[in-house]
Amino acid sequence: MANIEIDGKQIEVENGCTVIEAARRAGVYIPHFCYHKKLSIAANCRMCLVQIEKAPKPMPACATTVAEGMKVYTASEMAVKAQKGVMEFLLINHPLDCPICDQGGECELQDQAVGYGSSASRFHEEKRVVLHKDIGPLVSAEEMSRCINCTRCVRFGQEIAGQMELGQAFRGEHAEIMTFVNGSVNSELSGNMIDICPVGALTSKPFRYTARSWELSRRRSVSPHDSLGSNLAVQVRNNRVMRVLPIENEDINECWLSDKDRFSYEGLNSNERLTRPMLKQDGKWQEVEWQTALEFVANGLRQIKDGAGAEQIGALATPHSTLEELYLLQKLLRGIGSHNVDFRLRQSDFSADGKQAGTHPHPNLPPEGEGATVSSDGGEPRQFLPWLGMSVADLGKADRLLIIGSFLRKDHPLLAQRIRQAVKKGAQVSVIHSTDDDLLMNVAHKNIVAPNAMADALAQVAQDVAAKNNAGISGSLLSGERVVVLLGNFAQQHPQAAQLQSLAQQIAAATNGKFGFLGEAANSVGAYLAHALPGTQGMNAATMLSSPRKAYILLNAEPELDCANPQQAMAAMQAADLVVAISAYKHHAVDYADVLLPSAPFSETSGTFVSTEGRVQSFKGAVKPQGEARPAWKILRVLGNLLNVSGFDQDNSEAVRDAALASVNIVEKLNNILNENVGRAMPDAVGEAHPTKTGGFQRIAEVPIYSADAVVRRAAALQKTRDAAVPRAAMHSAELEKLGVQPGAQVKLSQGQCCVYLYADADDRLPKGAVRVAAGHAATADLGAMFGTITVERA
Amino acid sequence: MLSVQVQEKIERELRKYPADQRQSAVMSALRFVQDEKGWIESSDMADVANYLGMAQMAVYEVATFYHMYNLKPMGKHTLTVCTNLSCQLCGAEEVLGYIKDKLGIGIGEVTADGKFGLREAECMGACVEAPLLSVNNKRLCFRLTPAKVDQILAELGGQP
Ligand code: SF4
Ligand code: FES
Ligand code: FES
Repeated sequence: MANIEIDGKQIEVENGCTVIEAARRAGVYIPHFCYHKKLSIAANCRMCLVQIEKAPKPMPACATTVAEGMKVYTASEMAVKAQKGVMEFLLINHPLDCPICDQGGECELQDQAVGYGSSASRFHEEKRVVLHKDIGPLVSAEEMSRCINCTRCVRFGQEIAGQMELGQAFRGEHAEIMTFVNGSVNSELSGNMIDICPVGALTSKPFRYTARSWELSRRRSVSPHDSLGSNLAVQVRNNRVMRVLPIENEDINECWLSDKDRFSYEGLNSNERLTRPMLKQDGKWQEVEWQTALEFVANGLRQIKDGAGAEQIGALATPHSTLEELYLLQKLLRGIGSHNVDFRLRQSDFSADGKQAGTHPHPNLPPEGEGATVSSDGGEPRQFLPWLGMSVADLGKADRLLIIGSFLRKDHPLLAQRIRQAVKKGAQVSVIHSTDDDLLMNVAHKNIVAPNAMADALAQVAQDVAAKNNAGISGSLLSGERVVVLLGNFAQQHPQAAQLQSLAQQIAAATNGKFGFLGEAANSVGAYLAHALPGTQGMNAATMLSSPRKAYILLNAEPELDCANPQQAMAAMQAADLVVAISAYKHHAVDYADVLLPSAPFSETSGTFVSTEGRVQSFKGAVKPQGEARPAWKILRVLGNLLNVSGFDQDNSEAVRDAALASVNIVEKLNNILNENVGRAMPDAVGEAHPTKTGGFQRIAEVPIYSADAVVRRAAALQKTRDAAVPRAAMHSAELEKLGVQPGAQVKLSQGQCCVYLYADADDRLPKGAVRVAAGHAATADLGAMFGTITVERA
Repeated sequence: MLSVQVQEKIERELRKYPADQRQSAVMSALRFVQDEKGWIESSDMADVANYLGMAQMAVYEVATFYHMYNLKPMGKHTLTVCTNLSCQLCGAEEVLGYIKDKLGIGIGEVTADGKFGLREAECMGACVEAPLLSVNNKRLCFRLTPAKVDQILAELGGQP
């Protein structure tokens, strides 16, 4: 530790701390541009010059480390003269276009020029001109003359995003920030460059010129997309969401946001929004009053219940729905006598249900324990509740990680970033997966196998760690002190999910590590807590569709994009007597639904998401619902009342949340652990996935990052990114050759009755016998299951 | 694709550095490419990046930072004339003018037969011999006069 003095204030900081950081802690502000607490020190702007006792000249506070007894003067004559001098230099080439600059009002240069600049310039020569660049649909680099060459954006790419897409080319006066040969910036974290650019050189393409920062009011919210629960500042003007920025939370998103969190707001204002309740009468859609629509639904459900039986009613929700919505949905279903409710729409193996370790009463089940089997020690089975298995902060501290079946960067952009930082500090990452996309971090060991070989690959590691084998993945894990084993979305959607889980659990146990799930969506954990699950008496998402029901309630779900088997889902929808779609959008349901009830997306309702680390985060609506749309929890509450179900009298969403979480000890409920040996006893559920007929391949399906939920699917700028391109069929070049298909040519892919045509790509990192075809996209929505056999032919 | 010869040279260079510091060889690698074909195309930079496991943009930064890399074809013989202070004082401007007339090209241009390219540069640290030029960054020619320039051009022109 070192005792230093900054502007007369005594402070003790650890050795190696920089003067600028020590000053921050002492509450002294030192002007700066290139310094950023999350980035490496470049010390190239010189704005942070301060006077240090005994030093002959001013020193950059960001690049000077403290020393015992150091005396720092940040506002002495020498310091201020230096700071003003640097400011004058910075302004020499900076255009005076603040009135038309999108950064105006929130510009670090503008603010500091007020403090350190002079009112007139002594420089009368021509300013330098840096040409504008097109670096993609999200980040605008239209006014690069404004750049002060601090290189924050470059360092962000290298250090945080893990790929250097921007760089500073040329030298001296000619130095400019650009991409390699006019390429675009494709990182899934690119929007953060807009935040860290201290001037108006990098701005937000979708937002620019739509509002001034001082016209916006700021509402706290929580990301509705991935399971991290990033904290958002939703910025609003005239009851419209204008943009979304991060709220810093070191334990969750730090000061970053993924592009999905940042730019998805465009989907909130999409013209596909459903703003009036609609009823299909004589095959034609009519806008109707809420009362009419809700009575129609209540009558319809009552008729089916009285006629065919309540078990003919099923409800499918997405895990992007709020805790309150999911709680009331399951309560409504159970109130009318059906346990068919599920949110695990892309899951295909439900064999872990009811095989969890431990017992305890589930508070959301009816008191008499209906819907639960009594287990040997008399309690009810403790609901298995997949979660991260640790806090996000702890994940960042792991020193050995095994990541199983995860499209990590695209499914969890900021968790991937956290793991990237851990790797930089020496952690080792091993991967078992069916694709080998670049994680932009060093991967110590990997085993890329076809989907049907995943379990074997994992079993091998389990065996190796048990035998203390010091090679490969096992060796890496055994050499760690803080081992983490994680199952990604792909592993959770896998037909042998329970077996993979059980093996992962064994590996974690044998390495003294933690084991967890990278939750699929913003509220995957919340949905379990709300018990939006069938329990033992109901049907799960897959069964509800394979044995079609007469009536379906869809909560935010678009079955052809959100379900594990869209073909089957659509057949079930088309055959049903009654389909009620509660949705913020007019989606494909217009073809098969009978009622469309406009619900409010996350920005227009209060609600709660429980993140993958079990963090309960409630938020308020940022704007009023559009048109006649209403928060889905209110819609469900009225339905509950119309159907005379008790317990639907909450006045506000907080009351619903409290009811859902009443007497729930969340920490105690987070339960990843299956009964021992479940995995070994598990049947070979993937048998179907072995290619049988000629041309049969195993399908590897990811859900593309900007197709994962209803809001992001309609976010215009995100849909123009490379990540949102129409899916292609990628396979090993040897397989393409066998089929006689050139890369880039069309192939015909068929599953079940239907086929789609996609362009083929060669990717030699894919396992042979497999084809990678994304799900969740309109171009592949006619296909069948995400896993299993798919036929590929020359088109 | 980098030629086998270039790859071999890079490999030799890499032996000087620790195995996890392959990027240390980037400047030499770019030099080898330029020696081979006279200039460095962006596809060459991409190849060097892949070969050394670096970001393409990082190679681009290096290639554009250093003046001696030719980012466009600069003829078989690139003549780089120093136009910094000492050389100026000793008549660099006249020499440059003479070369321009003689070759019929300006700075940054290449003769129609592709034989000569002309560039200017800052101080080469050999002011005692001013004015001077370099041929392909390999050979310095000192105390230039029109007669000396003629001699150099004839010599170079004489080579195949
Ligand atoms: S674009 Fe912005 S962040 Fe990047 S170097 Fe220029 S001023 Fe800095
Ligand atoms: S902030 Fe210290 S030199 Fe830029
Ligand atoms: S000025 Fe020409 S070599 Fe120094």
